[in-house]
Amino acid sequence: MTMDLRELYQDIILDHGRHPRNFRAIAHPTHTAKGHNPLCGDRVTVYLTIEGDRIADVSFEGRGCAISTAAASLMTEVLKGKTLAEAQALFAQFHARVTGGEPGALPGTLAEDGERLEPLTGVKAYPARVKCATLPWHAFEAALKGGAAVPVKTE
Amino acid sequence: MNDLVTSKPQAAIDPRALRREFPVYRHNPGLVFLDSGASAQKPAAVIDGIAEFYRRDYANVHRGVYRLSQRSTDAFEAARETTRAFLNAADANEIVFTRGATESINLVAQSWGPAFLARGDEIVVSDLEHHSNFVPWQMLCQRVGARLRMAPTDPSGGFDLAAFDALLSARTKMVAVTHVSNVTGAILPVERIVELAHARGALVLVDGCQAIPRMPVDVQALGCDFYAFSGHKAYGPSGIGVLWGRYELLAAMPPWQTGGGMITQVTLERTEFQDPPHRFEAGTPDIAGAVGLKLALDFIERLGREAIREHEEGLTGYAIDRLSRIPDLHLVAAGQRRLSVLSFNLDGIHPHDVGTVLDRHGVAVRVGHHCAQPLMDKLGIAGTVRASLGVYNDRNDMDALAAAVEACREMFSR
Repeated sequence: MTMDLRELYQDIILDHGRHPRNFRAIAHPTHTAKGHNPLCGDRVTVYLTIEGDRIADVSFEGRGCAISTAAASLMTEVLKGKTLAEAQALFAQFHARVTGGEPGALPGTLAEDGERLEPLTGVKAYPARVKCATLPWHAFEAALKGGAAVPVKTE
Repeated sequence: MNDLVTSKPQAAIDPRALRREFPVYRHNPGLVFLDSGASAQKPAAVIDGIAEFYRRDYANVHRGVYRLSQRSTDAFEAARETTRAFLNAADANEIVFTRGATESINLVAQSWGPAFLARGDEIVVSDLEHHSNFVPWQMLCQRVGARLRMAPTDPSGGFDLAAFDALLSARTKMVAVTHVSNVTGAILPVERIVELAHARGALVLVDGCQAIPRMPVDVQALGCDFYAFSGHKAYGPSGIGVLWGRYELLAAMPPWQTGGGMITQVTLERTEFQDPPHRFEAGTPDIAGAVGLKLALDFIERLGREAIREHEEGLTGYAIDRLSRIPDLHLVAAGQRRLSVLSFNLDGIHPHDVGTVLDRHGVAVRVGHHCAQPLMDKLGIAGTVRASLGVYNDRNDMDALAAAVEACREMFSR
């Protein structure tokens, strides 16, 4: 019974959940947005420094479950240094993988980043938890679009 | 309250035997259901009774001259009488059928509110309230320029009567409190709250959702003015609920929703409305829902509310004992009187993660803010894990909960 739980709560998830990377504010971000999951009260703020079409820095703050914290942490790791087009491709592929859609193939240069996100895809077996994994990504996307004053909600 | 001489002796609850009456257990072997506070499971008497009613006696109510419609009307009105007796209300015309407690409270807020509340008046709620007994009052206050005030629980989790009394004044027009908290299980001292509120001329509405399925409720003994509850938390169907109100109050309140079934005369110029309760029951009601509610209340009465309370009190005590032995587990305080609801948190583990792990161990609990964000803010937490009890739960369920919580701790400590 606990085998599939181990699939969800892999060591890397627990590690990033407890010790999130890039867990800080950026003093003068070029883009920022808040995400809120009203169901569980999870909140995340994503900060971006974009230079040209490249993500020079990305960080987050907030409180949430192990899944959403790890998802935000891993997201910041893979996004740093990416172009906006690469970031969108990673999000599209990740979203498809956790929601059970058709994930398109990533360009070879992004394959490693796609694999970094693989541990999170265990949530697809837990429909109630998919939003936890996608919340930081939705906040990221909202930040790119100009960061509405109202927090972006999951789905 | 109940006359000891006339009250029937009640057998102790036997949850294992009772489960045979709840088909959900047959279809979900091994289920440890600890979410009755959100919605209770349904006994076969309710499920089959509703189907039987549709098969044999269904037609629209209060309309037809034909016999089938009369039978349906009789069944619907019998449900009203059963509800009256269940609450020990003085008059069946004080029982208004609604979609649920949420609609019952909105009815009072939207009908009584604008008619009797003015700018500068005040409404007092407790900090334990479910959003359904909070947001309607907040909206009403914003609409008429009144002020919403919050009576606090003390650090032990009990309702602070002195602080409540200090909030009351001649400006207080309505006090809206829960009977039993859906987050902490605290039983509020409703009789005392009513005395203090009435002394200032304020009315009292009680949200009885959690109390109705598990303890005796006598609205005349409580002395309150309105009492609201939902059928689905009391082993009945969803979509049916009750508002009880003192008749003279209901009679002075304007209609809320309007339409068919609630009028005496309609012309182009004006409409005359029926007396309560029909004034507040526009449109075809949830007829089968009312029939199902009656069957659910009959089910509760068959077991006996004293017996249910005794059973759930004993189980609550056992669960507290089991859970408080788990390291890093913090129960949300509920004062001196707690019934059937246990909220807790585990250090360093988010309630949603606990809920997922517990589910995979077959234990169904609720996690999150339980529609009580003001209380979560006060406690400084995002949410809790909540176990809530029903007549079908036993000590094995509490042991399973404790074991699953231990497994969760182990999983997250690796």
